[in-house]
Amino acid sequence: MTGWGRRNEWKIFLRKIFGLRPAMKVFISLSLLVLALFAASLLTGPAGLGLGESLAALVTGKGEALVLVMREIRLPRAILGALVGAALGLSGAAMQGYLRNPLAEPGIIGISSSSSLGAVLALQTGMAAAFPLALPLSALSGAAVAVLLILTLAGPRGGALALILAGIAISALAGAATSLVLNLSPNPFAAMEIVFWMMGSLADRSMQHVWLAAPFMLAGMAVLLRLGRGLDALTLGADAAATMGVNLIRLRWGVILGTALAVGASVAVAGAVGFVGLVVPHLLRPLVGARPSRLLPAAMLGGAAMVLAADVAVRLIAPDQDLKLGVLTALIGAPFFLHLIWRLRGDEA
Amino acid sequence: MSACARASELVLALALASAAPPAMAEGPRRVVSINLCTDQLAMLLAAPGQLLSVSHLAREPQSSSMSEAALAYGENHGQAEEVFRLAPDLVLAGSYTALGTVDLLRRLGVPVVQVPPANTLDEAVEQVRTVGHALGQDAKAEAMARDFAAGIAAARVTGGRHSGAFYHPNGYTTGSGTLADAVMQLTGFDNVGATAGVTGGGVLPLERLVLAAPDLLVTSEPYPGASRAEEILTHPALAAAEAKAVGLNSDADWVCGTPHLLRAIAAMGAAHDRLGAAE
Amino acid sequence: MSLLQLTGLSVLRGQCPVVDRVSLTVEAGEFVGLIGPNGAGKTSLLRGALGLLPHLGHSSLAVLPPLARARAAAFLPQGREIAWPVSVAALVALGRGAQRTRGAVADRAAVDLALARMGLSGFRDRPATALSGGEQARVLIARALAQETPLLLADEPVAGLDPEAQLRTMEVFAGLAREGRGVVASIHDLGLAARACTRLVLLHRGQIVADGAPREVLSEANLAEVFGVRGFHAETPDGPVFQPMGVIR
Repeated sequence: MTGWGRRNEWKIFLRKIFGLRPAMKVFISLSLLVLALFAASLLTGPAGLGLGESLAALVTGKGEALVLVMREIRLPRAILGALVGAALGLSGAAMQGYLRNPLAEPGIIGISSSSSLGAVLALQTGMAAAFPLALPLSALSGAAVAVLLILTLAGPRGGALALILAGIAISALAGAATSLVLNLSPNPFAAMEIVFWMMGSLADRSMQHVWLAAPFMLAGMAVLLRLGRGLDALTLGADAAATMGVNLIRLRWGVILGTALAVGASVAVAGAVGFVGLVVPHLLRPLVGARPSRLLPAAMLGGAAMVLAADVAVRLIAPDQDLKLGVLTALIGAPFFLHLIWRLRGDEA
Repeated sequence: MSACARASELVLALALASAAPPAMAEGPRRVVSINLCTDQLAMLLAAPGQLLSVSHLAREPQSSSMSEAALAYGENHGQAEEVFRLAPDLVLAGSYTALGTVDLLRRLGVPVVQVPPANTLDEAVEQVRTVGHALGQDAKAEAMARDFAAGIAAARVTGGRHSGAFYHPNGYTTGSGTLADAVMQLTGFDNVGATAGVTGGGVLPLERLVLAAPDLLVTSEPYPGASRAEEILTHPALAAAEAKAVGLNSDADWVCGTPHLLRAIAAMGAAHDRLGAAE
Repeated sequence: MSLLQLTGLSVLRGQCPVVDRVSLTVEAGEFVGLIGPNGAGKTSLLRGALGLLPHLGHSSLAVLPPLARARAAAFLPQGREIAWPVSVAALVALGRGAQRTRGAVADRAAVDLALARMGLSGFRDRPATALSGGEQARVLIARALAQETPLLLADEPVAGLDPEAQLRTMEVFAGLAREGRGVVASIHDLGLAARACTRLVLLHRGQIVADGAPREVLSEANLAEVFGVRGFHAETPDGPVFQPMGVIR
């Protein structure tokens, strides 16, 4: 009796989160894909461990060095891969829904590079050393400034061109400032890290990074996931949405806060991984009937899958080098971007 | 053998460089060094007043064993213009760095001696003689080289062998064919980096280091300011590996093959003794 | 209780009032046609009344919080925006977002009814963006109908529609009024307005210059003064006919 009741509650809960039933298949497939890639991430690494022994070490905690490798090196990497991807995919879907523009993506419109600047400032001023939370907080402040700028310069219906131009300007400025700060650092390694902050990597992250960033990313994602109804209504424009009962001011702040939390915290620990928020919503939109409210959770799962897959790939392609994640996502994402521009060009002509 | 070959190359280079020679027998009078390693050898070997200026790196305690001594000399940044204004009659340089500067100085008629970095202990000893010869201080150099060689021979550990690894920012390790590897072998350690197939310098993924579980870990002190590269040195997995190993900080004594290397060798010998005692 | 009450409503663009001290009350059962030349302030009046524009004076809708306002009045904006290729049924169902009587059954019934009223039942599963402009306009009207509010404000609902869709839309709106709801629609086609509306409000330079039965508002003097045209009136068995005939300025 109670079992039935609980199962029913679970169904209702799922339906609340994921929308109506036809979309269920998409969500279940995506969830399975994320799980499989999470496992693949745990099993991939330069040490070339056996499948059985590594899983046993992870679960049972037996075999000292193996446990260290599984629990302290691969597990945080896999968790961060899933979280960073989810944060980027979801933020991309939310920004696109809010701006009603399929080109809106945290990397392209300069939110990631502004987060990088915030993170680098926290690190190089010593704030992060004195107060660890300064790193994610500073990164998400950078992200928030960029989102505010973007919404001001290229608000809803600002058009694709205004959005891209504003994004180029913000990216260039933040990127230059980041390079400047790193070049002026007394640390000889800092200047070599410009590429990390621009391309992103999950190499050698630890559980400390997970604890530092995960609460912010999860909070940001929780905020963004609640915006579905408002973003659905915005499909018909701001006036229609407002008169359908959407509080546009609250929606706007939800987008700003949620994106800043999710993207800021992920950049603080993984650098700027581009194009995830562009490719994933673009691929999944047709599968969820193009409804922003359903695209949000789908893009969250899809983003996690994409970054996990990319992170497995960088370790397979160059096991002993730290090939940057952003290199792969850009190789996949940039052609998509060009394709989208091509299509928009057709629409506007 | 290779050291001899290099020495003869050097003589050739000298002969070419000093087309309009000052009297080599007396030695040059205005020497400028623009390389961290030649800086230190020149400071050890030069007569008072002979050495005018050393590179700015010689003053950095993290890279130079003689950072205090360097304060007594002028400072240069290895730029042709500032070096040329000192009107040197000999410039000491490395063979891989500041090549543009070296080229320009030679075209301006300044004699330049390039000293290649030492990759073996023999090369390190030979380097003392090379720089001493360039400075016209052959006798002093010969005595120092003999002491150096004797110190190295005395430090050779013949007892049981342990595993050791270098681990630096970005997961950088030093493998075979390097001076650091030679020091490790001399003091009774098998280099994990070399075993893993790293030649020269290269990256050793953290998980492979952890699995190798070396008995000795030689890491480096972080620089001021922050970098992601150095974060790996505080990674919990590395800390756990370190907790089970003897830890050593590689300092300025490791950077160049000068006689100061004997201090690093002594520290390694002591680490080997501790491991031996623990067994 | 009236459905909409405006008292001295003004909307400023910079220093100039584009809506100038308008007072207007709409009762249940009325289909009010808002007419006037381009730039008369029709759109600004509708948006100001809903509180979508900063305004002076009082509007009974603008003072409501967003959710309460969405239950009091639906709005069909002039810009026919559909950002994503959602299905027609999903788009129309967006209108249900604010309703208190929600639930799969009530929502479905409201969506079905709205689709049927606009002659769109066969389009349920088509992506809305793949439809023609006129079809999209009808889908958007259906969305506003599905909101099932006592009052509907529509900005140029029939512009660009084919004759059948124009007549059908006006008939649907008139039907809503007969059911006891209220409709305010800005309309350029004076002939359509004259036939279907129970009342016309003539706006000129932001002010109401005439308000009453269609025949009275479309007087020779008003037509000449406001539109600069003369018109032809006739009573036929199918109802009143009005046709602008020529420019007089």
